Amino acid sequence: MKPFTTLNAVAVPFDMANIDTDRIIPVRFLRKLRNDKAGYDPYLFHDMRFDADGREKPEFVLNQPAYRNAGILVAGANFGCGSSREGAVYALLDYGIRAVIAPSFGDIHYANELQNGMLPVTLPEEICRGLRQQLQAQPGATLAIDLPAQTVTDTLGDAHPFMIDPVYKERLLKGLDDIGLVMEQLPTIETFEQAYHAQRPWLA
Amino acid sequence: MPAPRTLFDKIWDSHVIFEKPDGDALLHIDRNFVHEGSFHAFGALAKDGRKVRMPSQTFAVADHYVPTVGRERGVDAAEDADARHMIRLLEENCRINGVAHFGIDDARQGIVHVIGPELGITQPGLTITCGDSHTSTHGALGAYAFGTGASQLKQILATQCLWLKRPKTLRVTVNGKLAPGVTGKDVVLAIIAKIGTAGATGHVIEFAGPVIRGLSIEGRLTVCNMAIEAGGRAGMIAPDDAVYEYLHGREYVPRGADWDTALAQWRLLPGDDGARFDREVSLDGAKLEPMVTWGTSPEEALPVSARVPEPKTLGDANQQAHATHALAYMDLKPGMLLTDIKIDRAFIGSCTNGRIEDLRAAAAVLKGRKAAIPAWVSPGSTTLKRQAESEGLDRIFLDAGVEWRASGCSSCAAMNGDTVPAGMRCASTSNRNFEGRQGKGARTHLMSPAMAAAAIVTGRVTDVRKLLAGE
Repeated sequence: MKPFTTLNAVAVPFDMANIDTDRIIPVRFLRKLRNDKAGYDPYLFHDMRFDADGREKPEFVLNQPAYRNAGILVAGANFGCGSSREGAVYALLDYGIRAVIAPSFGDIHYANELQNGMLPVTLPEEICRGLRQQLQAQPGATLAIDLPAQTVTDTLGDAHPFMIDPVYKERLLKGLDDIGLVMEQLPTIETFEQAYHAQRPWLA
Repeated sequence: MPAPRTLFDKIWDSHVIFEKPDGDALLHIDRNFVHEGSFHAFGALAKDGRKVRMPSQTFAVADHYVPTVGRERGVDAAEDADARHMIRLLEENCRINGVAHFGIDDARQGIVHVIGPELGITQPGLTITCGDSHTSTHGALGAYAFGTGASQLKQILATQCLWLKRPKTLRVTVNGKLAPGVTGKDVVLAIIAKIGTAGATGHVIEFAGPVIRGLSIEGRLTVCNMAIEAGGRAGMIAPDDAVYEYLHGREYVPRGADWDTALAQWRLLPGDDGARFDREVSLDGAKLEPMVTWGTSPEEALPVSARVPEPKTLGDANQQAHATHALAYMDLKPGMLLTDIKIDRAFIGSCTNGRIEDLRAAAAVLKGRKAAIPAWVSPGSTTLKRQAESEGLDRIFLDAGVEWRASGCSSCAAMNGDTVPAGMRCASTSNRNFEGRQGKGARTHLMSPAMAAAAIVTGRVTDVRKLLAGE
């Protein structure tokens, strides 16, 4: 997994709360294979981004020239609620978004971002709103995220501290793989399972 | 004396393999389910040169992409080549890894969250996972069950354990007694309307109180199914005799001496007196009415007697903005009665409301009546389909002019082609009324099976209690 340390990127303001993962990637694209040649970027926010004929909707924020190379998304509360589909993360990541800043996230989507080396940044509602207002006033402006320092620096140079669980932080900084971390503990796991199943033989 | 513990605490504690000083816990997973959509996880596993570590603990079922018509033709009934490929790919991945597979032709096939309890794979006290957010359903039998994305699913397949942070706990107590015609679906929609779709984020919800205790197993499964729509990491209900009676004799449930041992362990699971929850919420069940969603979020739900709300009267700025957008998408005007909303079609089924009690409730309304709109029923499992047919429910639906289809996720996930056309308004017993969920431009109104059946008869949102009373 690619480590995440700092990110200085164009940020796109997304003025909506409760963005569900069905919106991030409509269900009909989840059957698509994803590999080095074919990413999930064309499907990101597909039905908000394109009309029925597949033409870009000019009013949609990602279609505005200033935001085309966005690497950060600043959204409303409860971002990524709903379906567990990891395709939502693939679509964001393949488009080039490596961090989402929001007041809160759907739990499963939050975990999915972390699993793919994306950084979900939780900041209070009023700070997120302030960031979106700055980005709307200066389309194409960048934000700077510093994971070691746990700050987001806005367009005025003000740094906003954010909280992240130290476990998640370390995994992102080092790009650690969960399975590798588990396999190191295999003898402990096997001892646990033997004792656990001895008490519940019907589950073994 | 050890501190009193909740149901969740007990399950969590018995599954922690070890906990690091930083609070990260490695949790043993008892049972894991996969479906056609799990191909990303299987693919990633194969790419790493790994196989499923404990194949006997994973169960596969074809549900998301299976067609609900023409099933006598098996996988060829799927018109879409991608869907056929995914149904076959699941079978292939299971064969390679030695995983039990309930394929499209299997007599036990059905929606993963219906067949888990039905086959007794789901049991009290277990940790249960699936790459699907509605895994919360299984908590109705007293399990800790939650959905994951593909990466965590891959980790479970590879190791049978998962790194987790201990979630917080929320108890939702529903007091009083439900009025006739009010169901588990109405209870859970009322809970979501009260606490919001992010109301339980980061928490495991334990549903409690006399109303919950009085629900059938089917009703409890419906309530826990939609815990995720309140943002909950999981939903659960303390197991009781109703659960043990439900499970006894099912295919994967222990027998003989093992049953006695299991039962003795299960009886220790309900929370201790005085156990503390991080948060508490309560509701008066006696005041509840049948519920209907008017917007594009499950929290945008109201009693059937209500009017479409004026956005500016709602909660905070976020909710007001969401409601304004939702009303435009749903093509509804503030102030109109919910019962004045015309309905174009209906869907009865899904992991929320596709069980026998749901089918019986819908049939009771449709018996001797005629459908005013196109509608279909997709039973939650193939086993249930046979059961319903043995009870004559299929005849009632067919005589009313409602299609009787095969089992799958159908119009809930709308992945198999069972979509609602753009602009059409669907009365649906499923769990999500998100924009485009049932098809691009489709408009969804969530409600109970009896309420959906009433809408089928009248072609508009209808209070089923009034319909049955002849008003």
